[in-house]
Amino acid sequence: MFSLLRSMWLTFLHAFHKRETIQYPEEKAPLSTRWRGRIVLTRDPDMGERCVGCYLCAAACPVDCISLQATQDETGRRYPEFFRINFSRCIFCGFCEEACPTYAIQLIPDFEMGEYNRQNLVYEKKDLLINGQGKYPGYNYYRVAGMAIGGKDKGEAENEREPIDIKSLIP
Amino acid sequence: METASPSYLLIVGGVLFAVLNVAAGLIWMERRMLALWQDRYGPNRAGPFGLFIVLVDTIKLFFKEDWIPPFADKPVFVLAPAIVVVSVLMGFVIIPFAPGVVVADLNIGLLFFLAMSSMGAYSIILGGWASDNKYALLGAMRGAAQMISYEVFMGLALMGVVLLSGSFNLREIVEAQRGMWYVIPQFVGFVIFLIAGVAETHRLPFDIPEAESELIAGFHSEYSGMKFGMFFIGEYMGITLISCLVVTLYFGGWLGPAFLPPMVWFVLKTFVFISLFILLRASMPRPRYDQLMEYGWKILLPLTLLNLMVTAAIVLINK
Repeated sequence: MFSLLRSMWLTFLHAFHKRETIQYPEEKAPLSTRWRGRIVLTRDPDMGERCVGCYLCAAACPVDCISLQATQDETGRRYPEFFRINFSRCIFCGFCEEACPTYAIQLIPDFEMGEYNRQNLVYEKKDLLINGQGKYPGYNYYRVAGMAIGGKDKGEAENEREPIDIKSLIP
Repeated sequence: METASPSYLLIVGGVLFAVLNVAAGLIWMERRMLALWQDRYGPNRAGPFGLFIVLVDTIKLFFKEDWIPPFADKPVFVLAPAIVVVSVLMGFVIIPFAPGVVVADLNIGLLFFLAMSSMGAYSIILGGWASDNKYALLGAMRGAAQMISYEVFMGLALMGVVLLSGSFNLREIVEAQRGMWYVIPQFVGFVIFLIAGVAETHRLPFDIPEAESELIAGFHSEYSGMKFGMFFIGEYMGITLISCLVVTLYFGGWLGPAFLPPMVWFVLKTFVFISLFILLRASMPRPRYDQLMEYGWKILLPLTLLNLMVTAAIVLINK
């Protein structure tokens, strides 16, 4: 009986506490920079697409909401022909970001993507691609990778030795 | 039966209007108060302080599809929600809101109220039975047992007041409290009546018939639209009725210092008790069904009888 009265009193005292509610449209909850919201595709510093179409994100996706098709341009550089994320399936787990070897796909702290029409939640490459580097500025995959593309041969990447001439005996 | 003079019709209409509007406004008030005690804001977007939520809720209830399940017992199913509203509204008939502002100045006012609140049990039983749904039936059975058990000492708890004032007429009971409010000599009776009243309106600590976490929604699982709305409004009107009665019987009704009109005193006291009801809802866990019945029959009933006997003895000695 006493505990009941005590709990009533304590509940009553809550009338003088500060309210916890965040009045959403006017004030926004502070989100950390690593908060997993909307998914974007980023570009490297010289504005080429980072995505190399390796399908790792699509493979890592638990709900299979990513679909893409890789192609190559005339210099041998790979890029996705189309890149489609169905956000009505997406669970914002961030596995695609973890799987991505080139920092191309990133989740940013923006969650306001409500739509009246389900079809509008299917984002194509034009919706996903941003003109920026996202969370990893200065990283350029083709400048550090040992792959030959137009304008860059093997051995010309950063921190890369010349390839060994396997035909000669001289080290 | 007196002739229907214009002033009398005004009283009847005024009481009806006030009660229905208070019941609707309680939807908003309860949500705001619960929010206050849970450190939230509650509805505060629609209109000033979210007051339009009442209007919007009402419109929604009116325009929702009023679906009667094909397996339900139709006439009884339709009748059940009406019984709640009618029985509670009839309960308001006897309450003196201010000197002269009473719909029916019955000499057996309290008995009439007890009879009407007993009628409320029918609506739960019939509603649960006509739904032809196991959960609804479970809720109805629980509700029936709870309401009938708590009815017993609800009536007995009031008898102390009747002994002290020597009348069943609520106006005379209020007049008899000019010297001292009955909450002081009849404190045990007041507490028991409050508990029984909460159980009678199947309000949250004792919301055994509804128990949304155990039985889907208890006896009104199958109801929708305005029929559900009637159960809903009936519950809020029941809260108002019990609060009005507590004020009338134990807190001197419209008596109070003269700087405010009597009606305002009554409304203020009633508002305090409605807030108490909501505070109970905010802070109490729901008892188990068998605990509820044991508590009623093994603790409250003996207490009530003891209170009644002691009161009667004191009244006799003072004579």
